[in-house]
Amino acid sequence: MLNRRNFLKTTAATGGFIAGVGLLPQMLPAWAQSGGRADLSGLNVLSGTEYDLYVDKKRVLIDGKPGNGIVVNDQLPAPLLRWKEGDDITIRVKNNLDVDTSIHWHGILLPFQMDGVPGVTFPGIKPGETFTYKFPLLQAGTYWYHSHSGLQEQSGHYGPIVIEPKDGYPQEFDREYVMVLSDWTFENPHRLFDKLKKMGHGFNYQQRDLAEFLSDVRKNGLGATMADRNMWGAMRMTPTDLSDVTGASYTYLINGHGPEDNWTGIFSPGEKVRLRIINASAMTIFNVRIPDLPMTVVQADGLDVKPVETDEFQIGVAETYDVIIEPETRAYTFMCESIERAGYVRATLAPQLGMTADVPALRERPKLTMKDMGGMDHGDMDHGNLDMGEMDHSQMNHEEMDHATMGHTMPEPEPDVDHSQMDHSQMDHAAMGDDMSGMDMGEMQAHSHIKNHGVVNTAMAPVSRLGEPGIGLENVPHRALTYMDLEALIMNPDMRTPEREIELHLTSNMERYMWSFDGLKFSEVKDNIYFKKDERIRLTMVNDTMMPHPIHLHGMFFDVVTVDGSHFKPRKHTIIVKPGEKLSVDITTDAIGDWAFHCHLMYHMHAGMFRVVSIREQLTHQQMGHHMDMGGAS
Amino acid sequence: MKKLITLFLALTTFAHAQEPIDEYYTPEEMAASRMMLIKMHGATNHLFLMADKFEYRDVPGGALAWEAKGWYGGDHEKLYIKSEAEFGFAEDEFHEGDFEAGYSRAISPFFDFQAGIKQDFSEGPKRTYGTIGVMGLAPYWFEIDGNLEVSNKGDIAANFEVEYELLLTQRMILQPIVELNFQFQDVPELELGSGLSKLEAGLRLRYEIEREFAPYIGVHWHQSFGRTADYHRAEGEGTGDVSVVAGVRLWY
Repeated sequence: MLNRRNFLKTTAATGGFIAGVGLLPQMLPAWAQSGGRADLSGLNVLSGTEYDLYVDKKRVLIDGKPGNGIVVNDQLPAPLLRWKEGDDITIRVKNNLDVDTSIHWHGILLPFQMDGVPGVTFPGIKPGETFTYKFPLLQAGTYWYHSHSGLQEQSGHYGPIVIEPKDGYPQEFDREYVMVLSDWTFENPHRLFDKLKKMGHGFNYQQRDLAEFLSDVRKNGLGATMADRNMWGAMRMTPTDLSDVTGASYTYLINGHGPEDNWTGIFSPGEKVRLRIINASAMTIFNVRIPDLPMTVVQADGLDVKPVETDEFQIGVAETYDVIIEPETRAYTFMCESIERAGYVRATLAPQLGMTADVPALRERPKLTMKDMGGMDHGDMDHGNLDMGEMDHSQMNHEEMDHATMGHTMPEPEPDVDHSQMDHSQMDHAAMGDDMSGMDMGEMQAHSHIKNHGVVNTAMAPVSRLGEPGIGLENVPHRALTYMDLEALIMNPDMRTPEREIELHLTSNMERYMWSFDGLKFSEVKDNIYFKKDERIRLTMVNDTMMPHPIHLHGMFFDVVTVDGSHFKPRKHTIIVKPGEKLSVDITTDAIGDWAFHCHLMYHMHAGMFRVVSIREQLTHQQMGHHMDMGGAS
Repeated sequence: MKKLITLFLALTTFAHAQEPIDEYYTPEEMAASRMMLIKMHGATNHLFLMADKFEYRDVPGGALAWEAKGWYGGDHEKLYIKSEAEFGFAEDEFHEGDFEAGYSRAISPFFDFQAGIKQDFSEGPKRTYGTIGVMGLAPYWFEIDGNLEVSNKGDIAANFEVEYELLLTQRMILQPIVELNFQFQDVPELELGSGLSKLEAGLRLRYEIEREFAPYIGVHWHQSFGRTADYHRAEGEGTGDVSVVAGVRLWY
């Protein structure tokens, strides 16, 4: 076992290690350091309009243990870039690795050739080369950047971005901290993916075992327990399958600090503190809470929302939330629990260094339920049963029709949608009706139920879950944020009713570790998804898998249809689609170019859950063919 | 003719359609990264090797046995290998031993079709088989491997293996296995009789120190039936026995 003292000696002797976390604090980015130096107010770390970044492979120290990192300017996380709305930014990125690298500016609206996705928007940055990014800043808020090459994100190639608004903040605060949440593994990320391909459940040490069986028998009786086991067994699925990679392999980090490092942020009594929370993980969805301290959410994915107070929220990979807290004169634990609850990371917020608060115990691991299956039609069990399939199809149709003609015939209230929040006056019934009637439902259906070796389940009766806080937070004894709670602070820039709706299914086969859209991995897709410039599209996503997926579109925001017809839809660059859920986002296709669209769980993307969305002034005949056809599978 | 020309023009226009990216990079400059993009988003190949059983069997004189499998490939197509063997220390020879290699293709979300060549390497007459089979995960988590084999002498046999994993704890796993062998005709040379020829069953309790490394103990039972058993009796051999086993399950 290498203890820290020995490690320091070794390091001094070999000289090969760098500033990892906890090793040489003075070499950490100031904002990522514990204590008062992390205060961002008036502290500009790499600010201005011109930057030089360099990407290296270095040894780093994570929560007291050495590992192999991919670092930017010798820092993990990468430096905070503090920009000003309206500025023109120039960033030269030098690649000191022996493989290609790239930087994608997550959530930033920019010319597509600056978006930084190798093979889509540029050829990547070759070893030894420097690429110059130049773009104007059209927005303000909390964002982040990361590599889009290989699996480099997992190894530390990510950093935060703060863009100050040119007209000042709509909210008051006295101090701010960036909280970069991430997951770290001491394994080679490629080996980790390799293991997932061979044994998809290998990282799950919270599976149902004999002890749970016996306890369920005591609770529910033998009959019910057996029936439950049989149901899951018949589908070859497990209700404990919440994350592919768990706390068993990951060390979770806040600003590069593990739970033992205990990153600490200092405040003065009476201050309002703004926390800019970024989930820069490769695979981990977190539950975030500060026991005894309510949080007022003021921003989601970089854009201001009407302030809403909550006690806990689930943050998907790549999402960001800004919250304002008003702590009393005591220490608080900033608690981030991974969704499967096999691990956590905490930080401390306190009036002075050295103070700590209780770290709450990990709560019981949640289980997936029938609802997460979305009324699933399961795999090859139903293969021969054509009649059933047909019936389900027709049911599906009805549901969509009801949804579309909502104004005329309000469907039975879905249990998860709070209809009282809906603003009926703003709904454009007529337009909706017209649009839908013009749609080719037949063609849509054709893509709805792709069955191949990559698809185990189809959600036959998916429901809206925007009013739910996320897997495992349904019954917490305090407030938990839902997407329905979010409302844009300023009116949506495009208030047109979507001209048409496109349905896309999130599909998987966990046993083969295949992840895809509409049953096709990116490697199997023949063409891009084409849109004409300035279309208003409604993208409806149906999650046929048993896992929540943070779905991200580059270059354009999703206007999340929490309340149809609302002009204050929350706008997001990344949205979690829950298992068995069907949700809609409206997109204005205003950005010419080619844009990546993918699940932000990195190994899902790597397995094929990725597409390219192309926006063109004019579509060619062939592109028109893929116009309606999200799958490009025809 | 006019229509043809229009079509031709339309096609050539498309072929030279200016894509936004062309303004910044030539297709040649983009080619390598585009290939990488496809490979890195769903087209990776992997190598899997597993010794499900690698054990000492407490038979008279002792024996070393293994059952191993492996593959290389992607989600839909793989090249696979399989091997089963038992080496008796007393006789200093392989009682059983075969090695199989072939091609595997996904035919459903949970099942692969496999076709390969199997070679005996045990003591005595050696056969080469052509084999086809289905391998995968059945409902209720039963792992299944069924094969039909034709030897170079024209003999036909079938085997069917089913295994299950029972989680006692998160790392302690009980694994029952049953394997049945059928013979479609008598093969005196190999001491095999038509019908159900042999049954092997095992119960192994392993502890996964790592998922990839799990020592185990267990029992292994094999029994021959019908005319196969008669052959064994005629040779003065036993028709079945139970042995205690200890080994390690390994995979990469």
